[in-house]
Amino acid sequence: MTTAKKLWIGIAILALLSPLGLMIPALFGAGGAWGEWDIDELKKMIGYVPAGMEKLAHLWKSPMPDYTVPGQKPGLAHGSLGYIIAAIIGVVITGGLAYALAMLFGRKNK
Amino acid sequence: MHIPDGYLGPVTYGAMFGATMPFWALASWKLNRTLKARQAPYLALAAAFSFVIMMFNIPVLGGTTGHATGTTLIAILLGPWAAIIAVSVALVIQALLFGDGGITAIGANCFNMAVVGGLTGYGIYRLIAAGSRAKSARRLVAGAVAAYVSLNVSALVAAVQLGIQPLIEKSPTGQPLYSPFPLSITVPAMALGHLLLFGFVEAAVTALVIRYFQKNDTAILGQPEGGSLMTENGKK
Repeated sequence: MTTAKKLWIGIAILALLSPLGLMIPALFGAGGAWGEWDIDELKKMIGYVPAGMEKLAHLWKSPMPDYTVPGQKPGLAHGSLGYIIAAIIGVVITGGLAYALAMLFGRKNK
Repeated sequence: MHIPDGYLGPVTYGAMFGATMPFWALASWKLNRTLKARQAPYLALAAAFSFVIMMFNIPVLGGTTGHATGTTLIAILLGPWAAIIAVSVALVIQALLFGDGGITAIGANCFNMAVVGGLTGYGIYRLIAAGSRAKSARRLVAGAVAAYVSLNVSALVAAVQLGIQPLIEKSPTGQPLYSPFPLSITVPAMALGHLLLFGFVEAAVTALVIRYFQKNDTAILGQPEGGSLMTENGKK
């Protein structure tokens, strides 16, 4: 097997294990990353929403926010399944885009 | 470390797009000259790896989480220019598809994690690994130290971007318009988790994968400076 194939298997395993990145923080009762609160969370912390932030915060509506599947039910089990699906979709699209860029860069280099 | 929309004001996020674009251009120019079509799978692997490793959130005291980025590892294996492109692709997809990091902050987030992370990690690795053999323990140490320092520098730069907001973006009455926390809060808060935990995770991931290549495929580690796969002198 080529090195690249083995590495793809490694990435597939990481995608399947990705819910650990959800479960372990949940186990410790940890929230999100520092400084990445949404405006509701921030309002609870400081009592107001900065005016500029309010305008920018919802500028973009991502199709799978926080690595969830549209219509996902609450709970860690659904969350984990959604997380794996998001990981697979993300890996395929990220890998595909990087591959397309690399083919573009390398098209004339032997 | 994925700064969301609304935390940076237009001056900062505009400046960060301005700062990142020359690096995207330079990295593209470099890869355009050196990257071969048959190496494309490696760039795809790198971007996919960076994407998925960032999903492994790790809790730290204070109830927040952080993660590794894979940037230094990619810079060591494929060179800093490939790392800038690969990690930027992952960050752009994370922002657009998954709302992880703001779209106005794409410039800043790519600057912090891809550009600063890639160049710092690669520079430190080269410095420590210089002249060592591909299978040497020094390569492992170099990778681990580079990864640890690189992630912490990235976090520091992000903390500074957040921390200057209350200084430069205020309403006429002096209220912060964007991220409200001063440097005296953002820098220690960001530094803590990365110095104590996430930096070590980045170091461990980097050393583990270098070890894998030392055992299974040293060609990728061929030259003392690493990055043989995508440099002009690379044989593979």
